[in-house]
Amino acid sequence: MKTNRVIEHFVAPVEETPLLATDSLKTDQAPLSLWADAWRKLRRRPLFIISAVMIALIIIVALFPGLFTQVAPNDNCQLANSDGAPAAGHPLGFTFQGCDVYSRIIHGTQASLMVGVFSVIFVLIIGVTLGALAGFYGGWIDSVIARLGDIFFALPLILGALVVSQLPFMRENRGVWTVVMVLVVLGWPQMARITRGAVIEVRNADFVTAARSLGVSRIGSLIRHVLPNALAPIIVLATMELGVFIVAEATLSFIGIGLPGSIMSWGNDIAAAKSSVRTNPAILLYPAMALSVTVLSFIMLGDALRDALDPKSRQR
Amino acid sequence: MIQYILRRLLQIIPVFIGTTLLVYFMVFALPGDPIRALFGDRPPSEAVIAQLRQQYNLDQPFWVQYGLFLKNLFTFNLGVDFTGQPIAASLGRIFPVTVMLAVEALIIQTVFGVTFGLIAGLRKGKIFDATVLVASLVVIAIPTFVLGFVLQLLIGVQLGWAKPTVGANADWGNLILPATVLGLVSFAYVLRLTRASVIENMNADYVRTATAKGLSRPRVVVTHILRNSMIPVITYLGASLGGLMGGAIVTESIFNVPGVGQKLFQAVIRSEGPTVVAIVSVLVLVFVIANLLVDLLYAWLDPRIRYEN
Amino acid sequence: MRFSRTSKALGMVAIAALALTGCGAGGGSTDGASQAAGDPNKVITAYSNEPQKPLMPADTGEVYGGRVVELLFEGLRSYDPSGKSVNALAESIESPDGQNYTIKVKSGSKFTNGEDVTAKSFVDAWNFAALSTNAQSNSSFFESIEGYDAVSATKTEKGADGKDTDVPAPTAETLSGLALKDDSTITVKLTQPEADWPLRLGYSAFMPLPAEAIKNPKKFGENPVGNGPYKMAKEGAWQHDSQIELVKNADYQGARAAKNGGVTFKFYTDPAPAYTDIQSNNLDVTDVLPTDALKTYTTDFPENHLNKPYAGNSTLNIPGYLPEFQGEAGKLRRQALSMAINREEITKVIFSGTRIPAKDFTSPAVDGYNENVAGSDVLKFDAAKAKDLWTKADAISPWPADKTLQLAYNTDGGNKEWIDAVANNFKNNLGIKAEGQPFAKFAEILKLRTAKDLPGLTRAGWQADYPSLYNFLGPLLKTGASANYEGYTNPEFDKLLTEGLGAKSTDDANKKFTQAQEILFEELPNLPLWYSARQAVWSQNVSNVDAGWNGVLQYWAITAK
Repeated sequence: MKTNRVIEHFVAPVEETPLLATDSLKTDQAPLSLWADAWRKLRRRPLFIISAVMIALIIIVALFPGLFTQVAPNDNCQLANSDGAPAAGHPLGFTFQGCDVYSRIIHGTQASLMVGVFSVIFVLIIGVTLGALAGFYGGWIDSVIARLGDIFFALPLILGALVVSQLPFMRENRGVWTVVMVLVVLGWPQMARITRGAVIEVRNADFVTAARSLGVSRIGSLIRHVLPNALAPIIVLATMELGVFIVAEATLSFIGIGLPGSIMSWGNDIAAAKSSVRTNPAILLYPAMALSVTVLSFIMLGDALRDALDPKSRQR
Repeated sequence: MIQYILRRLLQIIPVFIGTTLLVYFMVFALPGDPIRALFGDRPPSEAVIAQLRQQYNLDQPFWVQYGLFLKNLFTFNLGVDFTGQPIAASLGRIFPVTVMLAVEALIIQTVFGVTFGLIAGLRKGKIFDATVLVASLVVIAIPTFVLGFVLQLLIGVQLGWAKPTVGANADWGNLILPATVLGLVSFAYVLRLTRASVIENMNADYVRTATAKGLSRPRVVVTHILRNSMIPVITYLGASLGGLMGGAIVTESIFNVPGVGQKLFQAVIRSEGPTVVAIVSVLVLVFVIANLLVDLLYAWLDPRIRYEN
Repeated sequence: MRFSRTSKALGMVAIAALALTGCGAGGGSTDGASQAAGDPNKVITAYSNEPQKPLMPADTGEVYGGRVVELLFEGLRSYDPSGKSVNALAESIESPDGQNYTIKVKSGSKFTNGEDVTAKSFVDAWNFAALSTNAQSNSSFFESIEGYDAVSATKTEKGADGKDTDVPAPTAETLSGLALKDDSTITVKLTQPEADWPLRLGYSAFMPLPAEAIKNPKKFGENPVGNGPYKMAKEGAWQHDSQIELVKNADYQGARAAKNGGVTFKFYTDPAPAYTDIQSNNLDVTDVLPTDALKTYTTDFPENHLNKPYAGNSTLNIPGYLPEFQGEAGKLRRQALSMAINREEITKVIFSGTRIPAKDFTSPAVDGYNENVAGSDVLKFDAAKAKDLWTKADAISPWPADKTLQLAYNTDGGNKEWIDAVANNFKNNLGIKAEGQPFAKFAEILKLRTAKDLPGLTRAGWQADYPSLYNFLGPLLKTGASANYEGYTNPEFDKLLTEGLGAKSTDDANKKFTQAQEILFEELPNLPLWYSARQAVWSQNVSNVDAGWNGVLQYWAITAK
């Protein structure tokens, strides 16, 4: 037992503490909404600025690949250049099929980014909505949604993908959107479950009870108070899945239900590097780096967003 | 609480019927004739095809096939697969291996994911945080077949620390390499989820209270910060079980692990309805029970969570 | 019928230049003399996978069951490494007309359960295999024998859902053309003269069976009892999803006597871990290499590797029903496509020399092969001529401007790389759009092929069932033949094949078959691409590894150090 602990007590002079300014309320101004407040904080944060610039750059590459390379990606792939070293006009060398690596990565940005971003967006819309409803209301709504999720969890990815891609609509329009659809159909339950868990965690918090007793409707309290406090794991999952989905596209393409060969993607290039792993691992490196940089940008953006939205750091 | 658990267990019945029905139908809807495909480029006689189709009830309409499956299931007879092997026996061989693999992967990803995530969260923005960020990027961007192959060559062949392949005699020891590879992607998720939660909870009132009460730093970290950060992590762990048990196709093939992932993949490719449904039936039971456990853990981790109402 | 699909799935069946193989077969057969002895009691381990069927000789159509059955049983004839068919248990096989055969069976050999192998063991086994209700995969091997129609008859019935379904309805239990004359004599009557019929008798469908096999085939398929160089090690030696253990059959008298104590086939679902296991001496021999190792296996195993052509090939088939490939324009286009493919370069770069550019529609591993068939120039790469022919075809009927030429392939067989390379050949050399059309399931392509509904070209592979030119031509391209999915038909070609089968001597027959090939080169119903070759690597613990004419390793000849 320690008995000799000394705790110093002192009270700072009021005029010295910066808290005074914070504590004084400007009652003549309309209060900022959560999002407006987040935005104000966000745009000053270096993390956000860097990631936003990087993402903007990636989007420009995706939209205008022609600005970055003059070499058409899939034309004139000559086996004579197979696994070739960098040469004039081909800064990163050649793939196993003798195509230009740099050009393929630039031209693959569009499909990869679209697959990743849109899959995540739709997974967020479906997963967060269902997960939030299940977690917040509980009871039979929770039972139905959670058990539906269980069924989807048990579906073998490959079986689901094979069947979904056999639907007549999917067969005739093979491309980015069909891949997105397959990934969303099989990817939403994870997001729903994470959201549900996070919502369950905060639904009984004091501030929710307080909001309810102040007359905020149930759904209002879910959207305005519960969800913002449950965002951290959702953001983490979303940013990670962005990368995982981009790679998953390659798996689908490899078994013949992903993107057709004429659409370039990083995932495809990563999968194609399998045959060169022992002899020319550099071929794997470039698309993997492109993917890493993209995922990194989104993880940084997610971190910045989370910090800005965190209600516990709001007053600062 | 007992009532809640019973209710959840009762829900297994509709989930089970829904899953088997859906999966059976999906296999049924797969294009192509599974019997003809058994013979490759050279077709057998039509009479043999007709005979085999009869043997596997493939000449029956969907409802009859599904009915026969259910009937067989309740008499504990899962039938035979296209190679003529009893399905029950093959499940009995693959599931123990897969359970070992999944448990080992689960332990690895949890222990390392939570520890690293906790440290990264506590030291947000420091060098350790940045290092694990890069590590998680690597795990996401480099596909399993490369990571698995490199680890196999390095640790299995060149250093000789572990057996490079598993084969017939799977045990805890020789599954360690595949379990590590299998747990890597989930490890990144666990790590980042832990980190995010820790950062969020570090400034929570109860942490300040605990610190103010004079609790030691380790005590605060473990019982207050970590415990309250675990909900998203265990949710994810429960949800990742599917990938570990049914989806370990690549890992299993790199290390020659005779497990569920490979069997399921082969059965889907061959449109072997009964095998696919039998495996999925077991998997769905595992998920329902795992998710029930996760929900019960919520209440244990956070006393504010109650299910009675 | 080892399925070529499966073997491709195993992938990477590949080849070195034909010239190379004579001398370059690693340490395989060449260093035999120095290490011939080895340890005759040591059990070797070999790469394999779970057999797809019970181990009934007439039911194992795929590679992994096939290699086990081949070691467990000995038939009337067997094939020597060069693919020559020689008598094994047959004392003599005689025929005055190529249609009626009298087979004398050697006496004195026994199954490993002590039962004598007699003429009856063959007749009963063949009748069992041919009867459709026994559902033996290889039953169609008996189609040449009179009475096959009756044992494989079907009738149409209304199924439970009201749809018509075929059900087996044999009108006889045994083949009328097959008779047991006495304990050692079999007579066979075929429906038409077939000079190469005895060649087939070494195939596993024609193996003898002991009486217990026919009484309880299900039980027998788990624990087969044979008369070959090996026997199952014990009851339950087939440990499913894990391995099959074979041990030497000490009573075996034939030419393939085991030089080792036994073979344990270990099951792998992927060739890569097996390769790793060989590198770390955890496995003795593998005959399937992972794609990424094709470039490195000769340096990884400078001594212990093999690369030997066998009787299999790959083609790109052009469905006869595609509108763009009709008439004169279609013919020009087929030639253009063929000449636009740089076979030399693809086999060298994509396959690292593990396949051999095709020079005909058959394989150099069978008797009668001729690499200078008239018209075979169309297989030589000539980009300028190809472009020229394509332009000429366009003048007759233009190629639709937006049309992409699709090349269908199954993704479970390591086909993507070469399909992409061929598509690039077409794009670069013909100026058209071309791309691979992947299918996850082999069944899907098969469905489109049987329904004659392919949108473009398709890959195909063939592995000979018995070493004969006819086996590459008849089943694939004869009008209405069982594997003629793309519907090629030419009466002149059919006539030459029939004449070849009825020929008095093998040489005469081969001449007819070569003439038939000339027609094929003129019309190009499919594009021959390359011949298959078997690659194998082995550990430091074994030597004397070689492959037979069909690419299957001669496990019995491997010696352990």
